[in-house]
Amino acid sequence: MASATFNLEGTFKVHNLDTAPPTETTATEEELLDYFKTMYTMRRMEITCDNEYKARAIRGFCHLYDGQEAIATGINDAFTQEDSWITSYRCHCVALIRGGSVEKVLAELFGLQNGYTKGKGGSMHFYNKEHNFYGGQGIVGAQVPVGVGLAFANKYKTPEGEHMPVSLSAYGDGAANQGQIWEAANMAALWKLPAIFCCENNSYGMGTSVERHTSNPDGDYYKMGNAIPGVKIDGMNVLSVREGMKFVKEYCASGNGPIYVEMNTYRYHGHSMSDPGTTYRSRDEIAATRSARDPIEFVKKCLIENNMKDEGELKEIEKGIRKEVQKAAKAAKAGPIPPPEELYNYIYAEDGSKEKAEKQKFIRMPQYKNSVHNA
Amino acid sequence: IDMPVREALNQAIDEEMERDDAVYIMGEEVAQYQGAYKVTKGLYQKYGERRVIDTPITEMGFTGLAVGSAYKDLKPIVEFMTFNFSMQAIDQIVNSAAKQYYMSAGDISCPIVFRGANGIAAGVAAQHSQCFAAWYSSVPGLKVLAPYSSEDAKGLLKAAIRDPNPVVFLEQELLYGTPFPMSDEAQGKDFVIPIGEAKIEKEGSDVTIVTFSRGVGLSLEAAEELTKKGINAEVINLRTIRPLDRDTILSSIKKTGRVVTVEDGWPQCGVGAEIAAMCMEDDGVFDSLDAPVQRICGADVPMPYALNLEEAAVPQINDIVEACEKATYRGK
Repeated sequence: MASATFNLEGTFKVHNLDTAPPTETTATEEELLDYFKTMYTMRRMEITCDNEYKARAIRGFCHLYDGQEAIATGINDAFTQEDSWITSYRCHCVALIRGGSVEKVLAELFGLQNGYTKGKGGSMHFYNKEHNFYGGQGIVGAQVPVGVGLAFANKYKTPEGEHMPVSLSAYGDGAANQGQIWEAANMAALWKLPAIFCCENNSYGMGTSVERHTSNPDGDYYKMGNAIPGVKIDGMNVLSVREGMKFVKEYCASGNGPIYVEMNTYRYHGHSMSDPGTTYRSRDEIAATRSARDPIEFVKKCLIENNMKDEGELKEIEKGIRKEVQKAAKAAKAGPIPPPEELYNYIYAEDGSKEKAEKQKFIRMPQYKNSVHNA
Repeated sequence: IDMPVREALNQAIDEEMERDDAVYIMGEEVAQYQGAYKVTKGLYQKYGERRVIDTPITEMGFTGLAVGSAYKDLKPIVEFMTFNFSMQAIDQIVNSAAKQYYMSAGDISCPIVFRGANGIAAGVAAQHSQCFAAWYSSVPGLKVLAPYSSEDAKGLLKAAIRDPNPVVFLEQELLYGTPFPMSDEAQGKDFVIPIGEAKIEKEGSDVTIVTFSRGVGLSLEAAEELTKKGINAEVINLRTIRPLDRDTILSSIKKTGRVVTVEDGWPQCGVGAEIAAMCMEDDGVFDSLDAPVQRICGADVPMPYALNLEEAAVPQINDIVEACEKATYRGK
């Protein structure tokens, strides 16, 4: 199996840390090809969402992740299933990589029974406890203390002195200004929790650019913890994300307490589907990022320059993935709508499991006469 | 034996922590200080800093943190020094805790108890003297409990801790020191009161008084006065505000044909308002009513400080007596 060495110099900066992630890594053809396929699938899935939204097959809010694919991919490679992950409403691709499928993600967005959460969550609410993925949370910043709680549980359950699974709370640069993040960070540092505060800094909180929303020098969110150390990672380089996150995970898991990570990235789409994304930035800026920093192009370049794959072979793979995503979209759409009783299923748990939701004695419906007894 | 409510709560937490290592308690001053109202007395000494945890004064942060740990199968008890401060964290309670099981289609449940002093207190004015029963009870996904006696406090808190859902547990500061009898059964470690069942504190035939928390005591005293006047009142202690025990409430109203609700909270969209609506909506109950529903509740004003004004803003025994007389077409 072919492998190559890659220089990561300049892709990290550290804050309050004596050590740093390595400036060099090796990656095999298999690994790179896997990143390429994963990231390109994410890209096609998000592009499909864009089209389906415009065709009115997807309702409500819809926040796309294209441009940021290297982050979810690199983190996932540095993590195991034991490690926890919680993110904001820009969650389609994390849902995909934490045990999901294109079809299940799309079916959810179409509001169908076969969707990831049976049509109850939509774009902002994906979960997979088996894979320690806790959402998919819709309130800006609120997922961060919750993620620190996952870290609290990890520490609580791990015998003292042993390596702990970590917990990563992802949030955007806009959310980074929420007061509750400082509240949670204070407790994480006080109690030495294996908590990673991961700001995916895509330069804009909705339409407000970083320079206009933070007093941090240079808009640098990895220094936000003051006494808490931080790492800044090139979030467009999947190998940097992988190496950076392995380093960060080791730091956290061995009991040093929390750490701040800033991933520098870019979102190609507007904030949400109602935002053309061009009123507060220029088309040139978007095009320039695409041509100079695209995370998928980067992996392709790695594969080609190291003679692992040639342009033609990669084109073939792209064609295959495009077809697969199309097929999944079609299959997702063909599924049934949720049955009416799904409306009042899973409001209360009986024993905490998915299998046993509590039977409710009375559910008041919009009209009293339609109320449901013993649901 | 007699036992104050505070001690019954302490016993419930102690027994459940002993029973299950996943149960821990977190809040401001719960550990070394022994609890602002001493509900957690002795627990820090017994269970140590891993399970009895003093937090910074950051409600939103520690509530969110506790919710996250519940996603991962711990069973946190979050103490709010008083429920007034839970407003700082209400987003985490409503959006992160109550809706999680539904949003994840059953994948992630959230077994957590939010507890602390709720309702009116003495001489602490508008920001520290108010009832949140109606607020929390309007949220699907939450269960809301409000104990009156020491037996209620112990049995319901143990049920809340064992329940796999988020439970808001509304204690009453004015009752913490009040002693109530505890049966032998209630002193045992297996004493659990089922959630969702109201208790008929006193049987009667002439009028139904529906109430909870501090209102139960007032209503029982009012019922005694009414007996002297020849009116036999039935007093229902709701115990659970959500889900309401519709069967017990409605069958009692069908029996007496008259209903008076009693609470310390505000009238608009209050618990009494909900019960009045239930009477209107159920054909059987509506037809059996012999008098309009009477609501006794806190005055529709922020709580004042001065003693005379505070008394005027809070339900008194006499208010309940008069309402029952009116409902039974006796008295003035």
